[in-house]
Amino acid sequence: MDDATISHLLITFGVLAGLLLVAPGLIWLERRLLALWQDRYGPNRAGPFGLLVVLADTLKLFFKEDWIPPFADKKVFVLAPAIVVITVLLSFVVIPFAPGIIVADMNIGLLFFLAMSSMGAYSIILGGWSSNNKYALLGSMRGAAQLISYEVFMGLSLMGVVLMTGSFSLIDIVEAQRYQWFIVPQFLGFVIFLIAGIAETHRLPFDIPEAESELIAGFHSEYSGMKFGLFFVGEYIGIMLISSMVTVLFLGGWYGPSFLPPLAWFIIKMFGFIFFFILLRASLPRPRYDQLMEFGWKILLPLSLLNLVVTGGIILWMNTH
Amino acid sequence: MFSIVRSMWLVFLHMFKKRVTIQYPEQKAKLPARWRGRIVLTRDPDMGERCVGCYLCAAACPVDCISLQATQDESGRRYPAFFRINFSRCIFCGYCEEACPTYAIQLIPDFEMGEYNRQNLVYEKQDLLIDSQGKYPGYNYYKVAGMAIQGKEKGAAINEEKPVDIHSLVP
Ligand code: SF4
Ligand code: SF4
Repeated sequence: MDDATISHLLITFGVLAGLLLVAPGLIWLERRLLALWQDRYGPNRAGPFGLLVVLADTLKLFFKEDWIPPFADKKVFVLAPAIVVITVLLSFVVIPFAPGIIVADMNIGLLFFLAMSSMGAYSIILGGWSSNNKYALLGSMRGAAQLISYEVFMGLSLMGVVLMTGSFSLIDIVEAQRYQWFIVPQFLGFVIFLIAGIAETHRLPFDIPEAESELIAGFHSEYSGMKFGLFFVGEYIGIMLISSMVTVLFLGGWYGPSFLPPLAWFIIKMFGFIFFFILLRASLPRPRYDQLMEFGWKILLPLSLLNLVVTGGIILWMNTH
Repeated sequence: MFSIVRSMWLVFLHMFKKRVTIQYPEQKAKLPARWRGRIVLTRDPDMGERCVGCYLCAAACPVDCISLQATQDESGRRYPAFFRINFSRCIFCGYCEEACPTYAIQLIPDFEMGEYNRQNLVYEKQDLLIDSQGKYPGYNYYKVAGMAIQGKEKGAAINEEKPVDIHSLVP
């Protein structure tokens, strides 16, 4: 093996290990932050700052009874939780963390990300369907509708960025932001992408497919043990994915004042958005299902189209003058 | 839209507020004096047992967790031969304390009674009886009751009138 292969392998496994290590850590982070915003301390007993609670949680999940309901469609039931983890992990393939730290620089990186996040919807649909439980089915139906509709605005809101860069490759997009982050010219796109991203990861306040207060746990009502854990790992990696995408597309990726290395800037920006996601969870109530749909189709869709048309118009005008 | 941003900001500010959590084992909660916790049997100022074995507490207990047997010593004082409270059943309602005519049974602000063995939650009289007067210092049942015991005749109690001589016609 030559050096390039070895370094590529190192990067690949480094990214994989990093993600799988940070994802459970996010559980701790989320619990501590939520506690902080609710005037509590959160888990602070096990280990330094309660960090070992992650270990305890994981062990607990492993020791839970791994139950497959007799009425479930077994093969699909087992497959569904894996899909969400696989798709979000695959999406990370195209994310450039820093110059040279990327698993695969595809010229269709952005489309690959969109495709993978659509594939993630299958995990919800299949999980809810195969559980053969009315709550799970309701949850998965809601999830499917929500993911498919928000997928539309998510794609449309990104087109402004693509127009300004002229490329689908995420590295090109980051490099186009060397002097100005896209959050300034594409502010509308940024807001729409952020909202659609929250809906895409079905995080609170858009956790309508799970909606504990209405649907018990929605599409994963019947899951237990590590299968349930996989849904959660998928959700947390999904948060990281959306945060990294926002960073890459609108906040200039690894660019920042040079006193910190590029990777550090990327991670700081990404964690800023993870904080924001958790703050959203701490502060906002869940909208009703029809409100969510109305908000999407009646407000976000026209806005994202407007954004696309205006951006396209300005670029055309600038090219002809 | 504005209200969403505002509520997020207000929630964010909670980061800097004082915590409400009491870090329990290191930091104790402050319990009010009349908090209903572990049950004790108290004593008179002169260290006699207050309980007279009247069974009122056992009758008042909604979960029937008190059992006792009354008996009498040679001086005429009644006392429980055994007194047993099953704390795995007790709901700490305090009815026993309200029912008790002698202030003997009292609930005190202590809740740290955890046990690994359920049987250890059955407290016997020696576990319950304390060398203190509890919440009613100075109260002595036999000093205010009309009952005669050794060393105290009828009519000798505080505020008690002399017994009526039923053989005399003089009012
Ligand atoms: S506190 Fe209530 S439940 Fe407990 S012994 Fe007294 S009367 Fe019974
Ligand atoms: S504790 Fe009080 S109520 Fe219970 S038997 Fe003794 S005197 Fe009666």
